[in-house]
Amino acid sequence: MTMFLTIAVIVLIFVVIFQIAKASEYVSVLKGEEVSRKQNNKINGFLMIGFLVLGLFGVWYCNELYYGKTLLVHDAASVEGARVDSMLWVTLAVTGIVFILTQIVLFWFAYKYQESENRKVFFFPHNNKLEVIWTVIPAIALTVLVVIGLRNWFLFTGEPPQNAMVVEVTGKQFGWIYRYPGKDGSFGKKYYKNIDNASNSLGLIWDDKLGHDDVVMEQTMYLVKGKPVKLIIGSRDVIHDVGLVHFRMKMDAVPGIPTTMWFTPKYTTKEMKEITGNPNFQYEISCDQMCGNGHYSMKGVIEVVDQEEFDAWMVKQKPYYVQQFPEKDPAAPKAVADTAAKTASVKPVEAAKKAVAKM
Amino acid sequence: MSNEAVVHAHGAVATHEGHGDHHHEHHHHETFITKYVFSQDHKMIAKQFLITGMVWAVLGGLMSVLFRLQLGYPDATFPWLEDILGKWAKGGRITQEAYYALVTTHGTVLVFFVLTAGLSGTFANFLIPLQVGARDMASPFMNMLSYWFFFAASIVMLSSMFVETGPFSGGWTAYPPLSALGDASPGSKTGMDMWLISMALFVVSSLLGGLNYIATVLNMRTKGMSMTRLPLTIWALFFTAVLGVLSFPVLFSGFILLIFDRNFGTSFYLSDIFINGVGALPNEGGSAILYQHLFWFLGHPEVYIILLPAMGMVSEILSVNSRKPIFGYMAMIGSLFAIAILAFLVWAHHMFVTGLNPFLGSIFVLLTLLIAVPSAIKVFNWLTTLWRGNIRFTPGMLFAIGFVSLFISGGLTGIWLGNSALDIHLHDTYFVIAHFHIVMGVASMFGMFAGIYHWFPKMYGKYLNNTMGYIHFWVTLAGAYLIFWPMHYEGLAGMPRRYYDYSIWESFKQFVELNRFISTVAMIVFAVQLLFLFNFFYSIFKGRKVTSLNPWGATTLEWTTPINPGHGNWVGEIPEVHRWAYDYGKDGKEFIAQTTPVGADESEHH
Repeated sequence: MTMFLTIAVIVLIFVVIFQIAKASEYVSVLKGEEVSRKQNNKINGFLMIGFLVLGLFGVWYCNELYYGKTLLVHDAASVEGARVDSMLWVTLAVTGIVFILTQIVLFWFAYKYQESENRKVFFFPHNNKLEVIWTVIPAIALTVLVVIGLRNWFLFTGEPPQNAMVVEVTGKQFGWIYRYPGKDGSFGKKYYKNIDNASNSLGLIWDDKLGHDDVVMEQTMYLVKGKPVKLIIGSRDVIHDVGLVHFRMKMDAVPGIPTTMWFTPKYTTKEMKEITGNPNFQYEISCDQMCGNGHYSMKGVIEVVDQEEFDAWMVKQKPYYVQQFPEKDPAAPKAVADTAAKTASVKPVEAAKKAVAKM
Repeated sequence: MSNEAVVHAHGAVATHEGHGDHHHEHHHHETFITKYVFSQDHKMIAKQFLITGMVWAVLGGLMSVLFRLQLGYPDATFPWLEDILGKWAKGGRITQEAYYALVTTHGTVLVFFVLTAGLSGTFANFLIPLQVGARDMASPFMNMLSYWFFFAASIVMLSSMFVETGPFSGGWTAYPPLSALGDASPGSKTGMDMWLISMALFVVSSLLGGLNYIATVLNMRTKGMSMTRLPLTIWALFFTAVLGVLSFPVLFSGFILLIFDRNFGTSFYLSDIFINGVGALPNEGGSAILYQHLFWFLGHPEVYIILLPAMGMVSEILSVNSRKPIFGYMAMIGSLFAIAILAFLVWAHHMFVTGLNPFLGSIFVLLTLLIAVPSAIKVFNWLTTLWRGNIRFTPGMLFAIGFVSLFISGGLTGIWLGNSALDIHLHDTYFVIAHFHIVMGVASMFGMFAGIYHWFPKMYGKYLNNTMGYIHFWVTLAGAYLIFWPMHYEGLAGMPRRYYDYSIWESFKQFVELNRFISTVAMIVFAVQLLFLFNFFYSIFKGRKVTSLNPWGATTLEWTTPINPGHGNWVGEIPEVHRWAYDYGKDGKEFIAQTTPVGADESEHH
């Protein structure tokens, strides 16, 4: 019912506008087209200046309403992210000034130079000096922005500091898998044909001893405050993107082509809860590359803690290899291994062997 | 349509008779089919492009209203949606599949069918022969084929909406592996096959048209019409055609490889893939990034294919209605040329976060920000054109001024996004949506509206209703800013694009009210576009008749043709050109037409 009412109202508005439009056309014929054209010109000239004033007010008002909801009210949560923010402010200052000035000039000129019988048009086809000025000034301003930008770019995409920890992130429809290299600090090899959702979510090659202490998990990734982290990013199926808004970082996850990104977390999750005043605060990983119908729900969480807490947590983690082959756990007595797990694990091992032979 | 009544009086050349067999001095017989359907008259083909483009604009706009409904009212249900969309809106709420299909089709249709075919298809066809002084295109037959390939592309795209597994839903950029694997997304099944066929047909249409436009501009200018006397519209349309001809084949090659990957078991784009429920795929060694290079090698020039025609028309309309020459004519051509060259050298700025080689990325940063220089020249030249003019606010002029405002607003945020270190943060957020909708989407629509209002009298021999035009302009301008300006703030909060629902995200769920506001404004703006459509079709039949040959007092050649020009455009000889197109307000004269010989006492001559 409300829908019909809405449609009726819209149609009514249309009819009214149409009638007014039609009538004004008749009036213009009666008054003389020249007279009514000039009247319309005055009205539109006035609206130009009106739009300018209201528009600038709107820009300010919009900022009042929504600035507080952006990320800019708080510090970036990574050392590198702070550089993104400072670069953002410089860019905003440059483009903001140009925006305000050119919009004012545009609408002011439109208003000021509206048709008037007394004005003689100034025949002004070109002026080399002016044109050189507004080629050179933007070029200089842009050079400054490029220099700032590229210095940051090479820092962000360059090698991380020596003490950086490494975590592997793998995207899949629609979630994230994380892998820590374990005590030996190296990841074991993997091959995608070994992937099995139940027993080997990353396709690790079990014959590779480096992988035996790798820790694999989903949902939450733990990072250390103040310690640079290098993420090695990949995907199991389609292209995803590791989006870390609070750290101001983002990198695609491409199947078959590993990518990397590094940053240094500045605040623990707990500290961020205080800084933002939001007790539910989380560092979220958002997928920022269209990856299918569940794209919008592809969420991961990063928990930033301090080193002690991290160590305590890490000790509790069982390597993925041990989870799959409990009988191989050096810490556990041999008898614990039950036969069911054994038989289940035979298949992936053989598949992995074949895969290695193929490589 | 009585406006077509004045056809082929004396000396009109029936170019489509073939074999150079020219018919003079008698009325050429045309049937309904040859005149309105398989027409080879560039003006009729232009109208066909325009009206087909309008149909797509309504459909594409309606799609955006539907998915804005989901974004603005994520918890509400609208039973009537189920009546319209059936299983795609079970229980009155648009499903994820439908949402992504709508977003994808909205993008594809608006970029290619409306702002490429509908914009340059319409105005290149309509204006090139009329403004260079030619009877028709170099090949009217190819021109006709160009439209009908576009029509076929439209039919295939439209049909894909009715496939059981749904139309393609992986975003208008169609990145593989998502677009290559039906098992990864139902939209990538039959819907994607049809999407590819439609786009392939569209590329053919675009190439046939583009070659024709280039050939016509280079070879068929009338006597005295040197390249530097061409109106800026023609220069812009010429560069547009060059961009299209050089870049669409690359897109096509990308699509061919995608078709092979999809159907014939090749691995150009596929490697190391495990799909849930299917298992590991045999493909190894391909690169998903290769597709992105091929796609954006068209994709970025495409942005300028959309924007340049609007720039050209705006330059012309601003000058005519300021009654003042365009400022810096040669600088305008130079900046168009610079933009056209740079358009080919910046494609990878869409790929800063794909793991691109950082050094390569830095080159693309430099080249991308370089585009700001010719863009700045254009803006300052437009502003100077207004300065000390005598401005007439025709609806066309209003839209031209609106274009400049939007081009400034959207262009400046390009400086943010083109700088890779900043793009890392803003990439694929609402900031990007705000940027490209303002600078490319809405601005080019404004250019198109400006063109339609300005050349409608030439197209149909009638005026559009001014009052409705003014309402259309002011509501659309205000609406465009109200919709897209606040999106910058959503982008600065990091809110990602292409999300069906934000409620599970602690970081992005604070914009519920803003999203509702944006959706509401979007609906109002859409309704006002319907008002424009009504004005358009009503005025074709019942509009105020044009009574003078040159209603705007313009210098260019199209206004020397009869009010309703027939096929062949000029009765008798094609006029000769003696000067550039911008002698407004010179030596105290209101304007001097291009056909007027240079007087002995005239000041500096161009």
